[in-house]
Amino acid sequence: MINRRILLSAAAFGLLATLGACSGGDKTSDDSKTIELTNVSYDPTRELYKAINDAFAQKWKAENGQTVTFQMSHGGSGKQSRAIIDGLEADVATLALAYDIDAIADKGKLLPANWQASLPDNSAPYTSTIVFLVRKGNPKHITDWGDLAKPGVSVITPNPKTSGGARWNFLAAWAYGRKAGGSDAAAEQFVSKLYGNVPVLDSGARGSTTTFVERGIGDVLLAWENEAFLAEQELGKGKFEIVVPSISVLAEPSVAVVSENAKKHGTEKVADAYLRFLYTPEAQTVIARNFYRPRDPQVAAQFKDQFPTINLVTIDKDFGGWKKAQATYFDDGGVFDRIYTKK
Amino acid sequence: MTLFAASRAGWRQPSVLPGFGLTFGFSLTWLTLIVLIPLATIFLKTAGMGWSAFWAVGFSDRALAAYRLSFGTAAAAGVVNALFGLLVAWVLVRYQFPGKKLVSALVDLPFALPTAVAGIALTALYAPNGWIGQYLEPLGVKVAFTPIGIVIALVFIGLPFVVRSVEPVLADLGKDVEEAAATLGASRAQTFVRIILPAIGPALLTGFALAFARGVGEYGSVIFISGNMPGKTEIAPLLIVTQLEQYAYDGATAIATVMMVASFAILLGINLIQAWSRRRAMA
Amino acid sequence: MSRAAAVTESRLARALLIGGAMAFLGFFLLLPLLAVFSEGLKQGWSAFAAAIVEHDALAAIRLTLIIAVISVPLNVVFGIAASWAIAKFNFKGKSLLITLIDLPFSVSPVVSGLIFVLLFGAHGLLGPWLQAHDLKIIFAVPGIVLATVFITFPFVARELIPLMMEQGKDDEEAAVSLGANGWQTFWHVTLPNIRWGLLYGVLLCNARAMGEFGAVSVVSGHIRGMTNTMPLHVEILYNEYDFVGAFAVASLLAVLALVTLVAKSVLEWRFDYHHGGAGH
Repeated sequence: MINRRILLSAAAFGLLATLGACSGGDKTSDDSKTIELTNVSYDPTRELYKAINDAFAQKWKAENGQTVTFQMSHGGSGKQSRAIIDGLEADVATLALAYDIDAIADKGKLLPANWQASLPDNSAPYTSTIVFLVRKGNPKHITDWGDLAKPGVSVITPNPKTSGGARWNFLAAWAYGRKAGGSDAAAEQFVSKLYGNVPVLDSGARGSTTTFVERGIGDVLLAWENEAFLAEQELGKGKFEIVVPSISVLAEPSVAVVSENAKKHGTEKVADAYLRFLYTPEAQTVIARNFYRPRDPQVAAQFKDQFPTINLVTIDKDFGGWKKAQATYFDDGGVFDRIYTKK
Repeated sequence: MTLFAASRAGWRQPSVLPGFGLTFGFSLTWLTLIVLIPLATIFLKTAGMGWSAFWAVGFSDRALAAYRLSFGTAAAAGVVNALFGLLVAWVLVRYQFPGKKLVSALVDLPFALPTAVAGIALTALYAPNGWIGQYLEPLGVKVAFTPIGIVIALVFIGLPFVVRSVEPVLADLGKDVEEAAATLGASRAQTFVRIILPAIGPALLTGFALAFARGVGEYGSVIFISGNMPGKTEIAPLLIVTQLEQYAYDGATAIATVMMVASFAILLGINLIQAWSRRRAMA
Repeated sequence: MSRAAAVTESRLARALLIGGAMAFLGFFLLLPLLAVFSEGLKQGWSAFAAAIVEHDALAAIRLTLIIAVISVPLNVVFGIAASWAIAKFNFKGKSLLITLIDLPFSVSPVVSGLIFVLLFGAHGLLGPWLQAHDLKIIFAVPGIVLATVFITFPFVARELIPLMMEQGKDDEEAAVSLGANGWQTFWHVTLPNIRWGLLYGVLLCNARAMGEFGAVSVVSGHIRGMTNTMPLHVEILYNEYDFVGAFAVASLLAVLALVTLVAKSVLEWRFDYHHGGAGH
């Protein structure tokens, strides 16, 4: 009887181990005609990378005679970064903020600490910023950040504790408060007032967009520029308007080769070429069509009507980098917590 | 086998039925491998962080508010489910009506629907512009983004636990006892309170306990409808996610530990009450 | 109330009870379900169907079925063994054992994913060993199976324990005293008694295995077409503002569960009808 028991558990674990072996072996293909690249990215980039992947695969095939297939993974930026640290074998990480890739270097030791220097423009092939999305006709007359802290205005933004996108919103508001009031104390006061007008803190940026667009809650949505365009042009055509504030933050979604994984898979060369491809005029045009601000000056000139000029602050210059900003504003006991415990 | 049973005679009453060693041993092994060892990692990770750090994260004001909310709303939802779950189980077992099979199948829906979908659907219903929310809004009743919304989500998640715990026992309960009671002159209400309720009591309590326990930890459906306002509608599992976003795995496990110990104590208490009432009923 | 009617309720009371139960179910179950379907069908049947036969959706459906096929039998074996030990024998610490079995219900799905990361992740307890042997558990199918087994762990056992306790052990003891061995007793006496409870347990376990989101989301890695289960696919579609697609796949999950459960009810009815409620 005891033998049977052992047999049963052995059978169960044998099954798991077989599955493990199956899924463990499928990447090391000796066939040099095809190569597989795993790109772990954040939520809104599906359409973007679909187009980019096709274009790159064509180019790579023409130049090297090798077929590249892509495995795409999308999710919240922080969650994706944790997955890579914990063993999701991404060849390239294309995430929402440098902080999340820093964490992979810092905690996972999967790529060098100075990864940002390995590609042009801080390893951020495109930029974006935070703008306002208001309802058609702008009934609350929202023109700038100051209007968001007024009584009776309802602001939709996600929770910066759980959403990377929400951190950009918070810091953009802070930058305005600091400029308008002249000090960090004034900024805190302004931001407190603004968050006093927030009725719902969704856990992710896309949840906020849905709350604003589908549920009809709130007068203004703080959103990434590309998300705002998407909402204005596709989700609710003719129902929304974009308002560009006087000051905002330069968002630099970063990309990097996860070198340890790439080494293991033998994909270093193709991974590097893939990321460099993002800087070519061809990819930059795709990027601009997906409402991200291109880096390439010529492509940027071509799309300049789409992207208004805004006075943009940067995390590195104005907030001392992501590590510091995260610790000061968003970690436990940081400014964001203070705003909510004060009330 | 006989040796095994003999050596354990102290803690187990002898029985003529075979298979205790096999089934008990297998259950314990499998339980250890799938549940206990993985869960032990939580305690291991928490143990590594030191007492003061554990206290600071696990019992901060914010965490306490979140526990209060999570346990409170789960208890409220459990009570609603115990009452209406019993009603639904009763109706399904005792009465014939058209569409009964479909209704019976519908009860299990919350198990099958991904929790996030449930959360989205419920938010769509109860948001101020939703099917139900639009009628509640003029009355000044706010459901979505308040603790009431959380309770509704948890009622949805927990209902099958109560119905499915009570239903088989109710179905198995022979009518002969009730008939006997009726012949002896008991009213229907008396029969229900004196005969039926004691018989299904343990199952009902199990259902409540399971619905409650499930509600405490629920995340996917609640975050859509709760609004996630710190200190007000921030549930405990959200705090765990918040800790993870800071790459603070030990902070996350600290909160998880507090929640797990509390849930475990509550479940154990309920199971002990049940064992006690069963012994009393048999005596 | 007349004596003859005393084992059931008056017509009015019956109508009220049924009405109350239906109203409750209508508000709490049917309306959300209708909301899911109506979102899925917003752009008509063809958009609905297109979302389901799409390549990644099919891969997700396949994976979900594989996960269910592996994890349900494991829990059935465990459930029967555990409920036999618990319901047919008296021993110390029984309440503790039942509580331990319930434990996965009370663990937040977020945490149930996390524990497997802490165990099998690259920085987990067994991570380095697994990496050295090129075994992948987490962010691959085995990890999803483990998380699913964990989440659905109590379902079958929980269904059977109260039922078998209620039934007692007289039947089995009689069988043994008549000379039946353990397997014969189980096969010919216990199993017929618990068959509907077991079937319930299996269906619920299966439904939950297919619908689990939170825990699986942590250990899956979300690779399209490879480690995305149906619930994860729903989330991804939703996050891409493809509401029709998201709710179409969600409706399919709901329909799958409803169909199996309706089939069970019908089967149960036919079987009991032909065999005159065999069992007890």
